[in-house]
Amino acid sequence: MTDLTGETILKRSTYQSEAFETRLRRRYRAERWFQRAGIGAIAFAALMLAVLLSTIVLNGYTAFWQSRFEVEVFFDPDAITPSGSREPAVLSAGDYPALVRAALLTEVPTAGGRDGKRALMELVSAAAGYTLREMVMTHPEIIGSRQRVSLLASDNTDQFIKGHISRASVEGERTITDRQIGWIDGLRAKGVLNSHFSLDVLTRSNSRQPEQAGMWGALIGSIMTMLVTLALSVPIGVAAAVYLEEFAPKAWWTDFIEVNINNLAAVPSIVFGLLGLSMFLNFFGMPRSSALIGGVVLALMTLPTIIIAARAALKSVPPSIREAALGIGASPLQVVLHHVLPLAAPGILTGTILGLARALGETAPLLLIGMVAFVVDVPGTLADPSTVLPVQIFMWADAPERGWIERTSAAIMLLLGFLILMNAVAVFLRKKFERRW
Amino acid sequence: MRFELSDRSASGKGAPAKITARSVNVYYGAKQALNGISLDVEENRVTALIGPSGCGKSTFLRCLNRMNDTIDICRVDGRIELDGEDIYARTIDTVQLRARVGMVFQKPNPFPKSIYDNIAYGPRIHGLAQRGPEMDEIVQSSLERAGLWNEAKDRLKEPGTGLSGGQQQRLCIARAIAVSPEVILMDEPCSALDPIATAHIEELIDELRENYTIVIVTHNMQQAARVSQKTAFFHLGEMVECNDTEEIFTNPRDERTQGYITGRYG
Repeated sequence: MTDLTGETILKRSTYQSEAFETRLRRRYRAERWFQRAGIGAIAFAALMLAVLLSTIVLNGYTAFWQSRFEVEVFFDPDAITPSGSREPAVLSAGDYPALVRAALLTEVPTAGGRDGKRALMELVSAAAGYTLREMVMTHPEIIGSRQRVSLLASDNTDQFIKGHISRASVEGERTITDRQIGWIDGLRAKGVLNSHFSLDVLTRSNSRQPEQAGMWGALIGSIMTMLVTLALSVPIGVAAAVYLEEFAPKAWWTDFIEVNINNLAAVPSIVFGLLGLSMFLNFFGMPRSSALIGGVVLALMTLPTIIIAARAALKSVPPSIREAALGIGASPLQVVLHHVLPLAAPGILTGTILGLARALGETAPLLLIGMVAFVVDVPGTLADPSTVLPVQIFMWADAPERGWIERTSAAIMLLLGFLILMNAVAVFLRKKFERRW
Repeated sequence: MRFELSDRSASGKGAPAKITARSVNVYYGAKQALNGISLDVEENRVTALIGPSGCGKSTFLRCLNRMNDTIDICRVDGRIELDGEDIYARTIDTVQLRARVGMVFQKPNPFPKSIYDNIAYGPRIHGLAQRGPEMDEIVQSSLERAGLWNEAKDRLKEPGTGLSGGQQQRLCIARAIAVSPEVILMDEPCSALDPIATAHIEELIDELRENYTIVIVTHNMQQAARVSQKTAFFHLGEMVECNDTEEIFTNPRDERTQGYITGRYG
């Protein structure tokens, strides 16, 4: 006993010695460094995120402003229908660009000669003629009258007005001439050419001309594809997870399946695209570039994620609940349906939404099944050709004109908005339905 | 060491056996957990299973309603009869068996549902009653018999998990008796409770004995002495001794029993 007391005294003095205090200071110093490193890492990540988001927003917000000409157009019967007929076939074949040209020439009388007229026409979108044709087709009675019409400016005009094409650069290095710049300045001074807030970039469908391209078709395509993915992957994924977790005997083949599911979750997504191409397109002959097949391929890609998340959620339900239900004579299926699944639902839901969010942003597998096609029409059914937002972004980012940059950024903003919304829903549902024990 | 003995222990000697176990062996994989257990559980009496941790008393209890079936590696042989019928026979359905042999677990495990739904769940899945007055009647009588009615009657819609530990355990007992079982198995029902809640449960067990056959696992010897009429002492997977509770605690035949109840090990 005396030995023990002696040792205790020795120990106390050990903890008060100079050497110990030095060691203690070193321990605290190490901790401070560790914390600083952590804060540094977070700050770096936050900075990168801020740079990314601000670049996208700064590039993209101008897509919501659109330059337009407000001009008076004379719907010249001679140009529209030289024969005087009001047949739709005749009306649709009229020379509408001539009307646009005439309207512009009254505003800019100085643009003489062939070259001058062509340069003047370059200020207006190639779609301007179609706008007039549309007006005539729906209201033939306006032929022969004068109407104030708002015509889309061309991509170059628009970009110049937004300041994306510098006035100071050498003439040969920009897509707009000094003469055109002079006209634009004049038209702006007269109030003929104006920039307005516009949601066309959201509500219109894809186009070859950046100034009139929108992402409505891609948005609808994305929504339809996601619905197919959801409808396929959730029931199959949950059923598989419930069977594997609750009913399957522990045997070599269940281990084998488990390993394979985990591996599938790590398979590059483009491989699922190849599978879709060879199996669904070539073997089953499903409609190419449709939301249906896109949804099926993305469902295959999402399944492992959902199965893994659902199994984790099922595993986290305390066994005492299963025993309680079994103990009063619930059948195994009743145990699962009445008790385990409701308790696992928030976890399953979160996993599902995160899996879907990943599928929503997926591009590679969809390229292989033809969803990269140029689609102008908004898809009406699941079998119609369609594209999705990320593929639309991919296609726009690839196009050379300056106007695509802001469109691309605007589409990224929309996609990011959707992803943030889905993740927020996941967090909300988890908080709302989480059970506390 | 002196024990306060249940005064009823001597009264019902020779009651008919509700459950008879003969040469029961249980294996977890290659490891043998129970070795040749033979035991009679008498009707309308409380049988206590005592013994040190890991002696197999809970394992034996879980054989009686085949809860061990849920463990993949567990294998049971021997013969266990409920009213003369082999419960491990192919013709026996575990759902039916567990409705007849209810269970209360060590840790209170109410469903994360309302108090009412906790009780009503069993009768509902077995089709004993439909929603409405009939079910209300079952819920009320079950809570009354579990001594929880007065505390719970105004909060039937509140979650069962919001009750205190002792109340939760009584809720679990009420849930077990709501399906009118013949036998109630209790696996250390008071181990997570304070002494006052424990006293409540013990009184309850004594009252329930009139209508049910009860098997209780406990490692609290005073508790076994207080609530049971018959006690079986388990040690290292074997049943060392089984006798009237009074006999076990006053006059143990085996020296291992004597060692355990006098606190030499366990």
